[in-house]
Amino acid sequence: MSIAAALGDTLGESGHTPQPARRGRFVPYLLMLPGLLWLGVFFLIPLVFLFLTSMQTAVPGGEIGEYEQTFHIANYIEVLTDPSYYVPLFRSFVYAALATLLALAIGYPLAYFIAFKSGRWRNFFLVMVIAPFFVSFILRTIAWRQILADEGPVVAIFKSVGLLGGETAGLYPSATAVVIGLAYNFLPFMTLPIYASLERVDPKLVEAAGDLYASGFTGFRKVTFPLSMPGVVAGTLLTFIPAAGDYVNAALLGNSKTSMIGNRIDYAFLTTNDYPTAAVLSFVLMACILAVVLVYVRRVGTEDLL
Amino acid sequence: MYAVIAFAYLLLPVAYTFVFSFNDAGKSNLVWRGFTLDNWLNPCGAPEVCGSLVNSIAIGFIATAIATALGTLIALALVRYRFKGRASTNLLIFLPMATPEVVLGSSMLALFLNLFVPLGFWTIVIAHIMFCISFVVVTVKARLASLDPRLEQAAMDLYASEREAFRRITLPLLAPGIAAAALLAFSLSFDDFIITNFNSGQVNTFPKFIYVSANRGIPPQANVIASAMFFVSLAIVVIAQLAGRARRKG
Repeated sequence: MSIAAALGDTLGESGHTPQPARRGRFVPYLLMLPGLLWLGVFFLIPLVFLFLTSMQTAVPGGEIGEYEQTFHIANYIEVLTDPSYYVPLFRSFVYAALATLLALAIGYPLAYFIAFKSGRWRNFFLVMVIAPFFVSFILRTIAWRQILADEGPVVAIFKSVGLLGGETAGLYPSATAVVIGLAYNFLPFMTLPIYASLERVDPKLVEAAGDLYASGFTGFRKVTFPLSMPGVVAGTLLTFIPAAGDYVNAALLGNSKTSMIGNRIDYAFLTTNDYPTAAVLSFVLMACILAVVLVYVRRVGTEDLL
Repeated sequence: MYAVIAFAYLLLPVAYTFVFSFNDAGKSNLVWRGFTLDNWLNPCGAPEVCGSLVNSIAIGFIATAIATALGTLIALALVRYRFKGRASTNLLIFLPMATPEVVLGSSMLALFLNLFVPLGFWTIVIAHIMFCISFVVVTVKARLASLDPRLEQAAMDLYASEREAFRRITLPLLAPGIAAAALLAFSLSFDDFIITNFNSGQVNTFPKFIYVSANRGIPPQANVIASAMFFVSLAIVVIAQLAGRARRKG
């Protein structure tokens, strides 16, 4: 099952009626032409420009932001040997991985609950999962500032159960806050695909496991969980990829010690107008994500992902 | 019990946003200063809140209309025809969804910078259409694949032409899928910050306005508008659900 189908199935109704293959040689191409042209011109070609920009160098004696094409591949080496760039890059992947684990730990039981325990309230709970999307993503992230602040409810609860004394918790701004924010923002992307694959698990299979003397937990571990793997794979990718590239959480919930690669790209492109460096970082980020995703997909062995 | 905690995690920030829309905030809306209805009575009271909101809505409508049209056509081709290049088309649809937003945003900016395209309203619209198309294709495709092809065949057995059968049978059945895709596209466009930030120049959108004012204090009016959007969206979803249920019963 594909990531796309997992999302689509959650949003629309699923079903697999084979469609009759139509002939008509040119019709499908005509139908797709405008849309694919748009994606070609504004998605593929920009990637080429990004790559070209990454090899530009400053015009000697030019103004800030003036660059010429010199195919200076050494840009990559210069940027990647600079700790102010490779540290945030590394940090991005660590934060994204932690956030993905956290989202999985929260999202899987949540999806399980909705799929098997919610009864006739199922649709209501599904709407509640996507409801946070209806409030601006930036505002929700800023709300975490207030929630994690020293005067906020989280610190108050920790203090009341004695986990914290009089000292300040320093939850915001911190790396912890950034990871919590990332996991929070992408939690629905984790929950919905898992829900979609859990929903398709035939309860009779789990019953059969019980008849064969599997305990409830063994039944889950040997039957339900493996069957939900496509959803887990899709959910982790849908969380990890945007989390690795995100910089809003790091900017709003972190400090200068929690900068992620997105913060560096944004800063280089929009503040210092150092386009080649920004382009190098952007390209490297994409390459790293692609590599991580490929290794991961090989590892969990889900074929037919696209 | 577990579900309660998970939902609390999901909804707590929403609740905060809503509660702080009633804050008698003064300069910074980070600390509770007392209840007031002023913000709700005067949502445009803070500078730029409504200007950026109008921009966001305009961009959302234009991008949604175009992306929904282009994406629906692609979905029709993908589901109803077998042709060479289907696999690569699917890949091209999938890739923008699997690319981090910073890369999408910065690569478009690289394009615009190198071609000296001035940044502004229309570059935002172009970018939004680009990332919405894939989501429209996926949503409409799911609906199309669930339609029973026998219905269209039955219409043609009753002497409807292929075009007529499409217009009178398939299109009405497809409409909920297209509507869902359009809603998704609009909410993606309306809430997008990262790609917009790269390609907006001096133009302000609602998320960009909030992000930029985050450090000097967000006016509570922003919370009012976000809360109002929340309830409107919730109402749309609930109505759609009820309508779907009524149709299935009737």
